[in-house]
Amino acid sequence: MIELKSREPAGPIEKRWTEHKANSKLVAPHNRRRYQVIVVGTGLAGGAAAATLGELGYNVKAFCFQDSPRRAHSIAAQGGINAAKNYQNDGDSVYRLFYDTVKGGDFRARESNVYRLAELSIGIIDQAVAQGVPFAREYGGLLANRSFGGAQVSRTFYARGQTGQQLLLGAYASLNRQIEAGTVTMFPRQEMLDLIVYEGKARGIVTRNLVTGRIESHLADVVILATGGYGNVFYLSTNAKGSNVTAAWRAHRHGALFANPCYTQIHPTCIPRSGEYQSKLTLMSESLRNDGRVWVPRNAEDATKDPSSIPESDRYYYLEERYPAFGNLVPRDVASRNAMYVCNDGHGVADAPDSADGKRRAVYLDFADAIGRLGESTIRERYGNLFEMYERITGVNPYQKPMKIYPATHYTMGGLWVDYNLQTTIPGLFAGGEANFSDHGANRLGASALMQGLADGYFVLPFTIGNYLGEVRNLEPLDEDDAVVRDAVRTVEERLTRLVDAPDAKTPPEVFHRELGNIIWSKCGMSRSGEGLREALEEIPKLRERFHREVRVMGSPGGMNQNLERAGRVADLIELGELMCIDALTREESCGGHFREEHQTGDGEAKRNDEEFSYVSAWEYTGDMAAPALHKEDLTFEYVKPTMRSYK
Amino acid sequence: METRTLTLHVWRQNGPTGTGSFKTYEAKDVNEHMSFLEMLDDLNEKLISRGEEEITFDHDCREGICGACGMVVNGYAHGPRERTTTCQLHMREVFKLGWTEVWIEPWRAKAFPLVKDLMVDRSAFDRIQHAGGYISVRTGSARDANETPIQKQIADSAMDAATCIGCGACVASCPNASASLFTSAKVGHLGTLPQGVPEREIRVRNMVAQMDAEGFGSCTNHGECEAACPKGISVDWIARMNREFVRAMVTAKDDVDARD
Repeated sequence: MIELKSREPAGPIEKRWTEHKANSKLVAPHNRRRYQVIVVGTGLAGGAAAATLGELGYNVKAFCFQDSPRRAHSIAAQGGINAAKNYQNDGDSVYRLFYDTVKGGDFRARESNVYRLAELSIGIIDQAVAQGVPFAREYGGLLANRSFGGAQVSRTFYARGQTGQQLLLGAYASLNRQIEAGTVTMFPRQEMLDLIVYEGKARGIVTRNLVTGRIESHLADVVILATGGYGNVFYLSTNAKGSNVTAAWRAHRHGALFANPCYTQIHPTCIPRSGEYQSKLTLMSESLRNDGRVWVPRNAEDATKDPSSIPESDRYYYLEERYPAFGNLVPRDVASRNAMYVCNDGHGVADAPDSADGKRRAVYLDFADAIGRLGESTIRERYGNLFEMYERITGVNPYQKPMKIYPATHYTMGGLWVDYNLQTTIPGLFAGGEANFSDHGANRLGASALMQGLADGYFVLPFTIGNYLGEVRNLEPLDEDDAVVRDAVRTVEERLTRLVDAPDAKTPPEVFHRELGNIIWSKCGMSRSGEGLREALEEIPKLRERFHREVRVMGSPGGMNQNLERAGRVADLIELGELMCIDALTREESCGGHFREEHQTGDGEAKRNDEEFSYVSAWEYTGDMAAPALHKEDLTFEYVKPTMRSYK
Repeated sequence: METRTLTLHVWRQNGPTGTGSFKTYEAKDVNEHMSFLEMLDDLNEKLISRGEEEITFDHDCREGICGACGMVVNGYAHGPRERTTTCQLHMREVFKLGWTEVWIEPWRAKAFPLVKDLMVDRSAFDRIQHAGGYISVRTGSARDANETPIQKQIADSAMDAATCIGCGACVASCPNASASLFTSAKVGHLGTLPQGVPEREIRVRNMVAQMDAEGFGSCTNHGECEAACPKGISVDWIARMNREFVRAMVTAKDDVDARD
């Protein structure tokens, strides 16, 4: 029986992390090199953890499926990173960032973790600047800040619209320094396909060398998964094409509980899709909402008119009207759902109606006022690269015409369940960054993903790994000839062979992936209902069965084979999709990114049910996809008392 | 929405040692809003459906920032539109040029061995970075971020260089297959900032030495790299790197360990 122990320290919240560190075990410098640490994924969390652990003297092996660690999808984050520096003197503090994050997460996160995150945010900025991250600066030479969706202070640091890129290149540089020093060995173009568990502890991974096709086992004393989120379950998302859930899912099948899979974030400002062939959606940083005004024509018949011909009185600035206090800066879920509603009501302005329901799914994001007030050069300075990107994709110049935007899946708050040490329910297996569920509750605030990835990677994992190794000290010796390892390798080989030899192979994996995406987007997307979820749970198992019968993979597993890579990832996303719908169906309340149509207030706001659902849903794999076992971690709020969120 | 049929000549090669050749495909129903890679996705889906092996190419973020994609399109690295990665090249640009036939090739350079079809091995770029593309700062030992003010112009200029995505188009477009633009962007980014000054000399010496060791050619000022760079990184950075290199060679102490 799995027991969920959060291992949160007690005592005043501002002292918990400090005391936890003081009471934890350490590994002496000369002993660290005896330990082998595996890090899977080299984005902000994985890259930072691998670099820091290497620096501490551990023997680190780092893996990524891309051809270089620098290409992890953290690179695409645009807007910025939060930190409670209070450089703007506008009343920010660690406590306020903590408070905002707990509230933004709709009271479904663990207070101790969130406080630690806010506390560590300060050191991240110092670290990044020391590495040479060229954050935006003011003319006086000090760091510049902007405000970001859902916050009433300016605490977001940024590097043009490429903050993720610059922070990742900072972590990559630190990683390179350790590779040069010989403490980290990098394995690019290697995909983790299974976890090796020996005597109840995570002891290694099975990978496929994507160039040669060779299945390899890598053993270690501890394994860290920093493999990102599962947003590609929607097929179309702002994630990179390669982003996938396989590593986390394989760990789940070995006993790591998967927490809150139904908490997914839909980003309000993305470029609308233009057709069936579309391979991904592109996000326009929500920092744009600082200066852009969101509107649709008040009269549905104006939907296809040139926007400049629509007089001010016929424009419906629906966020400003409905939420006067926050206006265009309401949290992501509120902004997204309202865009959906106005489009449902026929006010949408997309070029073509959606093939699924005939609605025009897009709203305007208009910079005319800001350009008039601040001048085009200021807007260019702030958002130049985003405007350029928009123009490139749509062929429309947003300095002259309003952008058209629509929500898209962007981030997944759910992930592997971890305790305060970021350890999963499998001892020796840790999860960091988007791959874990830990800090964002049911919804993540803008500019907090980079913060969490780096806090986990630079400051939490290097420390808690030491504590774990200090506790277990000498693990049982294990070598590659052990039956456990050989079995793990053989299992992976057999799974790949089954994908290549499907009995009635005829359909490329993308076709199934698109079908899965349609099911999840329409029934477990921005808004969910019991009825829709039950339908999805009928459809997904059938899709899974058809996939394994009909998927076509050309070529063999014995070499570079992207067709095979995609098939394997889709197989795992289908299984995860089913768990996601089960979780959404079980959670009979609305909170954060999880909106159940049955549970809303009179004016259409999410209605939480704290009495019954103030817990983390952590799911255990039972072998029966339709019947995973639910474990609950109760959440208590000692500092931020749950209130109904109101952005009115 | 405009759709066209294009004839694609795609480089197919099974591995680094095999001999490759162009294979011709008909791409039907290509529409103006598709990206270049979406056109290839569509073709690949059709190839799999009719039992052929798909075309292998690197790609990931599909929004021009990860640097994974890149192919030579009718002779242009990343295609004809300036400051645009292949994934952000939309077919309307190809239509505008009136192209009905498109030749698609991998990056070709000795230091980028071919992996398969349009995919090459760019690990040489990583090794150049290992040689010195960092500032030596231990996690947790940094001072307050605002302790050293940095002139806005300097920070902006460092950012101009730091924006490099490491795609390799500079190498692919250079007649000498030189990696000077790539290397100089990192040398420039770090060397411009006060934090990077202590390691300035050793950084440029080691990175240039590694660049040479990887088999990249020399820079002879063609400027093709800047024209092909999807991030518009200026060749001025190469001039700056050369100055920095000479300075380092002149001022280097004996104990500076350059990798030559």
